Amino acid sequence: MDFSYSDEQRMLKDMVDRVVADQYDFESREKIVNSETGFSADLWNQFAELGLLAVPFSEAAGGFNGGGAELMVVAEGFGRGLVVEPYLSSVVLAGTFIDAIAGDDKKAALIEPIVSGETRYTLACYEPAGRYDPYWIDTTAEKSGDGYTLNGFKSVVLNGDTADKLVVIARSSGDAGEAQGLSAFIVDADAQGVSRRGYPTIDGHRGADITLDNVSVSADALLGEEGKAAAALQYAIDRGIVALCSEAAGAMEIACDLTLQYLKDRKQFGVPIGSFQALQHRMVDMRMALEKVRSLTLWAACSLEAPEAERRQRLSAAKAMVGKAGRKVAEEAIQLFGGMGMMDESSISHYAKRIVMIDHYLGDREYHMAQLRDMTLAGQDAA
Amino acid sequence: MEIEYNDSERAFRDEVRTFLADNLPSTISNKVKQSERLTPEETVQWHKILGEKGWLAMHWPEEYGGPGWSPIQKHIFEEETAEAGAPRLLPFGINMVAPVIMKFGTQAQKDYYLPRILKMEDWWCQGYSEPGAGSDLASLKTRAVRDGDHYIVNGQKTWTTLGQHANMMFNLVRTNPDVKKQEGISFLLVDMDTPGLTVRPLITLDGEHEVNEVFFDDVKVPVENLVGEENKGWTCAKYLLTFERTGIAGVGISKAALEDLKQIARTQMVHGKPLIEQPSFAERLADLEIELMAVEMTNLRTVAAAEAGGVPGAESSFLKIMGTEVRQAISDLYREAAGPYALPFQPHEDEIVGPDFVAPAAPTYFNLRKLSIFGGSNEIQKNIISKAILGL
Repeated sequence: MDFSYSDEQRMLKDMVDRVVADQYDFESREKIVNSETGFSADLWNQFAELGLLAVPFSEAAGGFNGGGAELMVVAEGFGRGLVVEPYLSSVVLAGTFIDAIAGDDKKAALIEPIVSGETRYTLACYEPAGRYDPYWIDTTAEKSGDGYTLNGFKSVVLNGDTADKLVVIARSSGDAGEAQGLSAFIVDADAQGVSRRGYPTIDGHRGADITLDNVSVSADALLGEEGKAAAALQYAIDRGIVALCSEAAGAMEIACDLTLQYLKDRKQFGVPIGSFQALQHRMVDMRMALEKVRSLTLWAACSLEAPEAERRQRLSAAKAMVGKAGRKVAEEAIQLFGGMGMMDESSISHYAKRIVMIDHYLGDREYHMAQLRDMTLAGQDAA
Repeated sequence: MEIEYNDSERAFRDEVRTFLADNLPSTISNKVKQSERLTPEETVQWHKILGEKGWLAMHWPEEYGGPGWSPIQKHIFEEETAEAGAPRLLPFGINMVAPVIMKFGTQAQKDYYLPRILKMEDWWCQGYSEPGAGSDLASLKTRAVRDGDHYIVNGQKTWTTLGQHANMMFNLVRTNPDVKKQEGISFLLVDMDTPGLTVRPLITLDGEHEVNEVFFDDVKVPVENLVGEENKGWTCAKYLLTFERTGIAGVGISKAALEDLKQIARTQMVHGKPLIEQPSFAERLADLEIELMAVEMTNLRTVAAAEAGGVPGAESSFLKIMGTEVRQAISDLYREAAGPYALPFQPHEDEIVGPDFVAPAAPTYFNLRKLSIFGGSNEIQKNIISKAILGL
């Protein structure tokens, strides 16, 4: 047992921290968030040059073969700066999905442009009726001629407005909710029949609702075997959860730091408000919430290769804790900042928004608590 | 970064498991698992078993008879003993008075007391709190006045845990009332058989006799029982608080309690279905599971930091708060799981009314309210964190 970073992990951390510290101050971020695309192409290229876009990919795919710990290091750093570039959508979700499902003959060619930053993908999976259930897919894939025809609707697709390519999860057979029968296709974002309604999200990112209306794709667009996409989907979502929890840990750390500094600087009744015990104890509670998230995130990140039951439990525990402890930190930060916490011009309000809204990606607290309940009941059957 | 135990750590775990399987009497572990109170003889028996093996004082340096374990090994030992149903060790001798004697005691005190602690020949209790000195410990009033080769002690201590079984007591006493309150305190070892010393039971809300009040009426204590310098007792008290507290989170005990709770929730039926399938109950159970996992990993991070040479300071205050909160919450859900049968009060019945597990449900819940009060209340811990970590 050893929780210290390896030399390589330490270097990766320093690199991410430096980019964020040098180029991601609050004003720069505001400009990026309010730009037309909602991310900086320039920074994206820098991430590519630094190798950050290669971190979670296998060597076969031309990646660094980074595990959960490496992903955690990168995402935590991004969380500290509230980085909005499409790392989660293109690299972590769509990218590792392709890495997991594509044959070795195709893999390198597909992932190379992701790693170079040239092509941005996103995973078009979730649908309104399924909320956070990745298997609740009504979008259909029907064989037609040599290829397939896709019909359906995808909701809140992360960076769906600017992605070059979509990885669409569609159903070849079976009913909504079933893992069997799911297939994955690569679809050009501007293909005939794809219509996208893009929008900003409240936490500074971008999303799109996407309609697929008789979209024709060639047989070549199919990733992996027909009807067998579920395992790769889980692989990608697991990594997405680690990235989100790590990002939350990084953002919560800064939210705590900013709040603590404010308690020391802000004076009322002639003294720093941090001298009041009622506020001191709330600050301690915030730090305790942060430690819990750090602990469970670390556990989840180091469990990506663990057996199914442990992996599922630790990922759901971490994500559910982020939902609870993250909200606590965000609400307390706003409260302790008082009126300033309510202001758009205060960075703390942006941290609070991101921390709370992370709960709405890849399964919220309620969803993951239900997963844990089901696991306990399954344990009952085994016992 | 590696969160799993390595080969040698696993080998150590197996060694501990084997030892427990061979040496922990089932009469004792069964009682622990049923939350039943041990007799003093059983408590002593288990301490002696560990003492003979050389595993009783795991935090002690090897020169005094400690096993020389690393922080991870200590953690493994704590986990395994809790899981096996070994009783929690009495901290007063091993982890409280002994470190103070090692640090501040005379050679004669070390030579006499430390081996006796290792063999469980003395049962120590703690004389800190007084009716007027709880969280504000330094305001204590029990007075010790030097008279030749003795101190004459007068006053009252309270919340003396298991003092009814103890033969030795370490005390903070006031030797100088005319200076700043922290500067007039001394650390004194008292033989409980000394004339003038009276122990009276305090019955707690669960009906148990666990704590006592101790009265001193002209109790004569030899001067050689002073540890450290006169009026420097506060230094001893503070040192004691920084001594090895990785076990403070009580993770092993909480894990065992949660497993117990799950087992019960599987057998208790509501409308023909197991309690564990009730959505609101299952929700709370899942929440506790997550919280406990968070404490477990936070504890491990502290252990690993100690392994790497760090000294856990105020971080242990986080662990104390987190660990006690989750332990209390588990006992709360356990009480609820008992349903109407949580009501019959039957602390010492042979034939339990209702299912076996119900008897300790409510008493344990009430008893464990103490966790957030003693050892520095959780609010005091937050004050410590505010000051030491946050710089407020």
